[in-house]
Amino acid sequence: MSQLKSFLRDLTHYPSAVVGLILIVALVVFAIYTVIALPYHEAISLWRGDEDVWYRTPKTAQPKWVNWFLREDLPETFWLNTAEGDGTKVEEFSQGAKKVFISLPFEYRSKRFPQEVSLYFYSDYKEKSPFVTVKIITPDGREINVGNFSITKRFNYRFSQDQKLQRRLKNFSPEQGIFIDLTAETPKPEVVAGQYELQVQAVAFEENSTVDVELIVYGHVYGWAGTDHRRRDITIALMWGAPIALMFGFLTAVGSTITTMIIAAFGTWYGGWVDEVIQRITEINLILPFLSILIMIGTFYSRSLWTMLVAVIALSIFGGAIKNFRAVFLQIKESPYVEAARAYGASNLRIVLHYLVPRIVPLLIPQLVILIPSNVFLEASLTVIGLGDPILPTWGKLIQEGVSNGALIKGQYYWVLEPAFILLMTGLAFSLVGFSLDRIFNPRLREV
Amino acid sequence: MAETTLSAPAVTVPKTKFSESTLARVGKYMLIRLITMAFTVVVGLYLTILIANMGGHVDEIRRGEIREQVQMQVRNDPSLRMLTGDQRAKLIEERIKVEEKRLGLDRPFAVRSIAFLRNALTLNLGFAEFMNADNGSRKVKEIVLERLPSTLLLFGTVDIALFFITLFSALALSRRYGSWMDKVIVTLSPMSAVPAWFYGIFLIVIFAAYLRVLPFGGMVDVPPPENKIEYALSLLKHMILPAMALFMNQMAFSIFSSRTFFLIYSSEDYVDMAKAKGLNNRDIERKYILRPTLPTIITSFAFLLISVWAGAPIFEGVFNWPGLGRTTLIAAGLFDTPVIVGTTVIFAYLLAITVFLLDFVYALVDPRVKIGSESAKQ
Repeated sequence: MSQLKSFLRDLTHYPSAVVGLILIVALVVFAIYTVIALPYHEAISLWRGDEDVWYRTPKTAQPKWVNWFLREDLPETFWLNTAEGDGTKVEEFSQGAKKVFISLPFEYRSKRFPQEVSLYFYSDYKEKSPFVTVKIITPDGREINVGNFSITKRFNYRFSQDQKLQRRLKNFSPEQGIFIDLTAETPKPEVVAGQYELQVQAVAFEENSTVDVELIVYGHVYGWAGTDHRRRDITIALMWGAPIALMFGFLTAVGSTITTMIIAAFGTWYGGWVDEVIQRITEINLILPFLSILIMIGTFYSRSLWTMLVAVIALSIFGGAIKNFRAVFLQIKESPYVEAARAYGASNLRIVLHYLVPRIVPLLIPQLVILIPSNVFLEASLTVIGLGDPILPTWGKLIQEGVSNGALIKGQYYWVLEPAFILLMTGLAFSLVGFSLDRIFNPRLREV
Repeated sequence: MAETTLSAPAVTVPKTKFSESTLARVGKYMLIRLITMAFTVVVGLYLTILIANMGGHVDEIRRGEIREQVQMQVRNDPSLRMLTGDQRAKLIEERIKVEEKRLGLDRPFAVRSIAFLRNALTLNLGFAEFMNADNGSRKVKEIVLERLPSTLLLFGTVDIALFFITLFSALALSRRYGSWMDKVIVTLSPMSAVPAWFYGIFLIVIFAAYLRVLPFGGMVDVPPPENKIEYALSLLKHMILPAMALFMNQMAFSIFSSRTFFLIYSSEDYVDMAKAKGLNNRDIERKYILRPTLPTIITSFAFLLISVWAGAPIFEGVFNWPGLGRTTLIAAGLFDTPVIVGTTVIFAYLLAITVFLLDFVYALVDPRVKIGSESAKQ
């Protein structure tokens, strides 16, 4: 206990280690929170969800906080749904037809045009589908005939895809043409702020038919992390990236380092051909192209995280670290207390596990901590080159999808920079602590 | 390469009499290394083949190759022109069977893998399934070899620059131990935990996407300039960001570790002795500090090189650099098995050559290297 205390006191002499430690604790707490708040299956089904799950979120929207840095706030997304009690709905039945009048008034106060406007119709009918006429009344008194069409049980009308509407709106794209101030003389089109109204008149041909409409005005910002090209909330991948990255980094680091150490210990203790074989395997392993082999495994067998985990451990067991361990073990092997153990008749196994291995812990721990970030990045690297786990939402996957969907070229930097930043913080946190541990445990380096 | 800071304490070496000249010593040493290295490459490649073959993929390469050859033969044979489509297909199948038997594809894998090893060693990997070389050839050998120069150009230039910059800045820093520059380097050394491609993304965001002063990626402008000087300038411009990324990844850490080695060696008694004798600082540095540290530094540099090679696929992918690494990536994306195996083989060769060359340099600078001695290489 007192040893631990003095160790922690030593650690506080390194401000970088303290910073790193705080970051690591924060990350671990974040990872635990994620697993509890957003259970695995829920996260996966959300992440793999299509338009049905994400139809209410804008495409590649920036995170909310960009508004703190902008002079004019970017609009947020909002929606109104008559099925949820928004607006007014009047139904009228006459001459075998049912008329439904829907009025959905909404405020639009942003100075920027929305990203997109979309209508979802939900209706229930047996044979004959209802027919709707859609109008929008703007605050400056214009009445825009959006269109009339028959609808299905779940019908989506996207303003931006209606060429006729665009022509009617003097070739402004609909999301601009509806909200534009035609009297303004500025070269840049401006928004008329105020009360808009969506009017839908539906004619249904069955008594029991229902018609509901949902208006979605997509903004340019969403949530604290923004959305991707499939309208998914990036927060999910940012959150789930943490437990996955930490687990992968920790397991691979611990798995490979400890195996390496034990192999090195046995090799040095028995010496002779055992040592020779281990040395040769290390040399062979040195020339095996690590990433290429992982690419082969990912392409030919499986891209699951667990396969990669095992492959990474297997390929790093005979890494360069074995030589360092071996050099230290060679020294320890000659020390008097080992000789004493041998004299009292300790078995080989006992000497290796109780006399050799514990002495190397100071060398082992910094090595292990330094290895964690490299393996966290390895997981990200594999994902970035398209060999990531096909199901899991990870930081690497965000970067890969962002880059391959042109986020950098189109200026959607948040998409790539958010996961990159978290990765960077994780990497630095562990290596700050690792490097400090190295200096504490290996005073040879501290003296100089 | 984190492990280099934790590297072995200097091994005590029995004093040897130098009866042989340096050249003979190095020559003999290198010969033995060459033989062990060849053995290592063979075993390494065999392992690669085993990995690739577990799904029967290497066999598929060979079967595909046979099919292609037989189809070509039948198509080009004038005496078979009058056959109907069905007859021809049947003939092709028959010939494929004969050919497979001839090549021993019906024999057990253990026997066949040896034959494949020979092909892999000579890069005789047949034809790519989807990819083409620039000259239109579909031979794996050509696809892979034509990409080699660009990879060597990028990594070679950067590695050599890195080595000398590291060496001289580390020497300079060890002279000013504890200065603010020294502290900066110590603080920045954890930057090596972050891979180069990752810095690459940030650099691309800043310099290519935001400032628009440097290209996003690629090796030369499109279309490539005719003029040789312009071509070189364009090449240089495209190399800035990748080089910067590699430097950010490696520089601080390698300067830090070299400087640490310099500091360890400069606290030796013989250095104090030299100082007491009144030798000037330059001589002390060159003959008493740099000389004995060089082998250690070369070893750590070897690890650095290997780690850089290992990361090549993703690094080239991010910078769209038309080298071997990117070829691996494209092949992986297209599931082009022969090319994946081919690039893996080439990378294994490159690693082996790197290790071998560094051994050579090591043997040149370290007079302790002696054949058969336990301390030949740690």
